[in-house]
Amino acid sequence: MSFVILPELGEGIEKATVACWHFKEGDLVSLDDDIVEVVTDKATFSVSAGASGTLTKILAQDGREVSVGETLGEIEPQ
Amino acid sequence: MNTEMICRVEDLGLVDYEDAWACQKVQVDRVRAGARPVLLLCEHPAVITLGRLAPEKNILVSRETLEHDGVQVVSIDRGGDVTLHAPGQLVVYPILPLAHWKKDLHWYLAQLEQVAIDLLKSFGIVANRISGKTGVWADSCKVVSIGIGVRQWVTYHGVGINVDMDLKLFDLIKPCGLDARMTSMARLKGVAVEMRDVKECLVKCFHRQFNLPMIYASAQL
Repeated sequence: MSFVILPELGEGIEKATVACWHFKEGDLVSLDDDIVEVVTDKATFSVSAGASGTLTKILAQDGREVSVGETLGEIEPQ
Repeated sequence: MNTEMICRVEDLGLVDYEDAWACQKVQVDRVRAGARPVLLLCEHPAVITLGRLAPEKNILVSRETLEHDGVQVVSIDRGGDVTLHAPGQLVVYPILPLAHWKKDLHWYLAQLEQVAIDLLKSFGIVANRISGKTGVWADSCKVVSIGIGVRQWVTYHGVGINVDMDLKLFDLIKPCGLDARMTSMARLKGVAVEMRDVKECLVKCFHRQFNLPMIYASAQL
């Protein structure tokens, strides 16, 4: 299983808000695809897929506030 | 830093917001694939852009009024709230691989603010940051707005510097969701300011802040 994790975004940034997923559960994704976008106060940041495979779970829906290191979704690698 | 890294400066002139947005997307993909970073300079016809977190209520007039006045409205994937671009505002879109400097959104925003502060200083304008608010301020008014996007640590969107523009247009919105008064370099100086001079100075300040050699290239829209 490959986890989609909110990475470190910078000093003093501990949280972000999920703006939108570009894929839905069950979709095939490729390594490095931008799959989910998060926003901080003045920046949007695209989190990319760490593996090619099926996006099996979206754990943080649009609008959810998430913390750095938190798992946003799961990819079953192919 | 990679000593071979050189930044291409492309001046797009007066260009529709959506054309410049398409250009940024192409450039981001190129830089992600290893191409040279790019600094896009342009001006836009009057347009209101809504960031991801922008409530519609921060546009203070009806869509009909905007249409009548020829002001476009575009929703985009940048951080920040509502903002406005119009001729006389220098818009700067740096497409940079942040991994060469620091993977840190706040660091990058602070670099952009410093470029703007240095630029304004070159024109004899004392400007500063306000803690907790992104952008650059002079005489208690906002003169530079900043909002960025990052994909795989490559930057897009950027900075709007009010050079010499119709400031009444800002009455159409609540800029960045703040009760902020907007100003311009020309208003602060009390004289006309040439866009050409500001562009030239901006490139120099950007070069110094990012320690990045700059070359002028023909625009590729």
